[in-house]
Amino acid sequence: MSTTITMPQLGETVTEGTVAQWLKKVGDAVEKYEAFVEVSTDKVNAEVPSPVSGTIRELIVSEGQTVPTGAPIAIIDEVGAEAAPAVPTLDEPVRAAPVFVAHASTNGNGKPAAGNGSLRGASPAVRRLAREYAVDVAAIAGTGANGRVTARDVVAAAGAGPAAARTGTIEPAAFVAAPLAAPPDGARKPAGSGPASAGRSTYAEPIPGELMPLTQARRIIAQRMVESKQTAPHAWTMVEVDVTNLWKWRLREKDAFERAHGAKLTLLPFFMRGVVESLAAFPLMNASFTPEGIRVHKDVNIGMAVAVAGNLLVPVIRAADGLSIKGLALAASEIIVRARNGKLGPDQLSGGTFTVNNTGANGSILSAPILVTGQAGIVTMEAVVKRAVVRDDDAIAIRSMMNVCLSLDHRVVDGAVASGFLADLKRRLEAMGPSGSL
Amino acid sequence: MAVMNNVDAVRATLYDALRNDERTLILGEDVGARGNVFLITKGFLEEFGPERIIDTPLAEASIVGVAIGMAMEGLRPIAEIQFADFIYPAFNQIVGEAAKTRYRSKGDYTCPLVIRTPYGGGVRGALSHSVSVEALFYHVPGLKILAPSTPADIKGLLTAAIEDPDPVLFLEHKKTYRSVRGEVPEGRYILPIGKADIKKPGDDVTVISYGYNVHQAVDAAGRLEGEGISVEVIDLRSIRPMDKRAILTSVRKTRKLLIIHEDNKFGGVGAEIAAMVAEEAFFDLDAPIRRLCGPDVPAMGYAITLEEEFMISTERMVRAMRELAQF
Amino acid sequence: MVTSHAGSLERRGLGDEQLVAMLRNMLLQRQIDNRGFQLNRQGKIAFALGSEGHEALQAGAAMAFVRGKDVLAPYYRDLGLVLGVGVTPLEMLVSMFARAADASGGRQFPNHYTSRDRGLLSISSIIAAHCPHAVGVAYAMKLRRQAGRAVLATTGEGATSEGEWHESVNFAAVHRLPIVFMVENNNYAISTPQHAQMAIADVADKAPGYGIPGSICDGMDPIATYGAVKAALERARTGGGPTLVEAKCFRYLSHSTDDDDRSYRDRTVIDEARKHDPLPAFEGVLLEAGVIDQAAVARLKADVLRETNEATDAAEALPYPEAAELYTHVYAGAYEPWQ
Repeated sequence: MSTTITMPQLGETVTEGTVAQWLKKVGDAVEKYEAFVEVSTDKVNAEVPSPVSGTIRELIVSEGQTVPTGAPIAIIDEVGAEAAPAVPTLDEPVRAAPVFVAHASTNGNGKPAAGNGSLRGASPAVRRLAREYAVDVAAIAGTGANGRVTARDVVAAAGAGPAAARTGTIEPAAFVAAPLAAPPDGARKPAGSGPASAGRSTYAEPIPGELMPLTQARRIIAQRMVESKQTAPHAWTMVEVDVTNLWKWRLREKDAFERAHGAKLTLLPFFMRGVVESLAAFPLMNASFTPEGIRVHKDVNIGMAVAVAGNLLVPVIRAADGLSIKGLALAASEIIVRARNGKLGPDQLSGGTFTVNNTGANGSILSAPILVTGQAGIVTMEAVVKRAVVRDDDAIAIRSMMNVCLSLDHRVVDGAVASGFLADLKRRLEAMGPSGSL
Repeated sequence: MAVMNNVDAVRATLYDALRNDERTLILGEDVGARGNVFLITKGFLEEFGPERIIDTPLAEASIVGVAIGMAMEGLRPIAEIQFADFIYPAFNQIVGEAAKTRYRSKGDYTCPLVIRTPYGGGVRGALSHSVSVEALFYHVPGLKILAPSTPADIKGLLTAAIEDPDPVLFLEHKKTYRSVRGEVPEGRYILPIGKADIKKPGDDVTVISYGYNVHQAVDAAGRLEGEGISVEVIDLRSIRPMDKRAILTSVRKTRKLLIIHEDNKFGGVGAEIAAMVAEEAFFDLDAPIRRLCGPDVPAMGYAITLEEEFMISTERMVRAMRELAQF
Repeated sequence: MVTSHAGSLERRGLGDEQLVAMLRNMLLQRQIDNRGFQLNRQGKIAFALGSEGHEALQAGAAMAFVRGKDVLAPYYRDLGLVLGVGVTPLEMLVSMFARAADASGGRQFPNHYTSRDRGLLSISSIIAAHCPHAVGVAYAMKLRRQAGRAVLATTGEGATSEGEWHESVNFAAVHRLPIVFMVENNNYAISTPQHAQMAIADVADKAPGYGIPGSICDGMDPIATYGAVKAALERARTGGGPTLVEAKCFRYLSHSTDDDDRSYRDRTVIDEARKHDPLPAFEGVLLEAGVIDQAAVARLKADVLRETNEATDAAEALPYPEAAELYTHVYAGAYEPWQ
């Protein structure tokens, strides 16, 4: 077999070399380590020893010619049974890229909360706290120099008290959409209306082959999703829930509910009620990770993922644990209408402690949702599907089955807690039936 | 508990080390017969003999270099540089050799060396007896750098330094030698290297400092208590490794940071603290980070007016703390 | 074994086996040294240093060194001396190839050694920076009353201009320490000839200034060097204090693979000096004295070549250190970097 010899790098900063003189002709024999060419560079002149024993097959470069380091200069046919080892290059070993440690401390978004124009010039702490506590900075009399609104002022205005002032540290803000003063692209158009203006690819009507510019909303979604995945180690688990009885209950109530309140009664408020009760039994699911410790929240503020053309909002029902199924149904209904009309206030878009996602609405039976940064869990209701199920007494029955999936922040929650939470939720949901009250 | 000043704390700690570990020895200029220019090693020569208390030739590079060799061979040398201003000839040995001994040999050889030196001004020391040198060395991985300023901290940290397997630069602010007194627990104890100490807790402003400035900062903070301003004063004590957790915990609480050090501001220790806090606690800051430091001139002059202009007065500290609290 | 021919060879107490061992060391040094240059010219290693011309003095000094007792603080041109105190050709080649298995884990340049077990002090590339360390080691030996131990600290003649060399000799002299400062005077510090380095012709003349004895020996003669170094080490071991031994030799090659001495040295001077190449010279001495015959010399050379080839192939096949290795051994124990 033959070996191609390349121009060696003779000297640290050298990039090329000149063949000053061939010491062998084509057909000559050459020994391993025997000099076969003289090379000159701007730093040194040297004889180059052959890496193999054999016969000169070809001299590629002529005397006096300059080639870059690494360019082939000769070919030697080797003698001997063993293949010559390939000439290793001086490639640097692959260095691991420096690791940029994402810090859980920030949400990285300097955008002011909706309607809070006076955040201009506010310190980083004020911005963050104003968003977290959903406080309008413009409405506060500042006690800082020149009337500046200080972080303490914000905390005091939120009524959170001195304890929060001291420890309001690394709580990331809730998922915040684009300022709703300017509804996202496509919100004004009903779905399926005429084609977009020529050449303008939008989220509602993407045009293959075109580059769709990022809207502010899409930019924020992208940023938040990356931040969530890079910060929290996501783990996932699920249970199957027999909602046959729950479904019957809902069927029984829905018409009367709609007549009385003008709102639809879906499975969602039943599900949310089960969730808030299970959260009370497993408070670690209602917590946030901080380097100083796990903050277990007192409030239970449930976010619901709502898709609004081109955008994904997660409006929050505050103090959800204080609401009955009816109360949850009404709150959810109202909030979803507001979301669709772009009328959500900042207090309805922040402060979530746990999130629910009705992925089943479009037929999904399994989902792996992405956590809202700062929360320890997000749970989905998948589609209700009639399936043949084997019961305890080995009889086969047709039941309405709904998968419930859970993504969790494994820094906060371990498998035991997560599966305990789901088992508890399953039990509650399976216990719901027509004899219950909303 | 005994009460003593800083110079006595250094002396007592060195004495105990020499008594308890026959591998320890002290080398430097005038440490033997003279007992050190601050009388820290007075009487040591008589007690421990000339082989363990070595009056070296006037040659800083070899004071440190020979000590490195002793350390490599398993002794526990404590080298003294008479004044930090004289340390520059030893820079090659400290930074190029001591800091790299373990690293370049993968631990085959190590360098358990302590280099002690008095630094800092305010004692009419003029241009060559007043400098701070921590900024020149804290940049270097492989070294440890300590600058405690109370007797109890000195005893615990100097003991830790002598027992540490890696090279430690131990900085003693000479203005605190006799002016700072405190209680020192009896018996041998060590303080962990790399841990700061909250000398005065507070809620409104975090002040980070070390050396003589710590005592002034505590004074200043005390005056501000009367105005309803609560300042937290953190004594770094350890410059490398530095207590990042303590710094961030305090800043996240108060949201306002003031760094005070006598050394020049540009490229000083405060620059690294400020950069780190801005990187990692940006959204906790309710005011820009402030540094109150030495001026950008080579050294403080001999004339009292020049010295006072260089050194940071307690009044200036009070003003800076108050301004930051009220921001 | 052929016994000595009285009068034909000044053996200084060395037996045939030891003489042959010195020749072997010289051959091995030359072979490995050349191999470094070959590998560099082949583009396989980034850097090599040449020690051709130093073989005799290093073999002689190594023979005077007592393994298990003495400590060697070498400089980077001491390839043969280091081989002579027990470092193997494989370790040499592994260090040239900067493999993970190297004693420094591939961190150091080649020819920068460390081996506490064999009394080999870890050094850096900084000229004369190891001299104070050598003195510190000697001090520890004296403090601990370790009889029979001494330190051999070597440098080139250029190093004797460094302040840290001066401070080291001075300190050792003041404290009468068990150390030998050996200067391998090959006349050039990279391109600086001796007359630009110092105003004297013999480095040994510096010794009286420190109050210690100085001696000069022919560094091209291994037995002469052995004699000089042995005497100096004996003096050190028995409380006689330091000695400055100057071994005069010649550097045939450029300083390193990054240097081209054609710009500052006359070819004819080098060619003339080649006529006194210590390798063929010592070979001839031993042949003539009947210590060895031609066949044995041929076997020795073949053996040395084989050993070098095996070491080269074995070393080349080993892996580089992992990138994560960069972060280890900064301090003892766990290390939390600032960021």
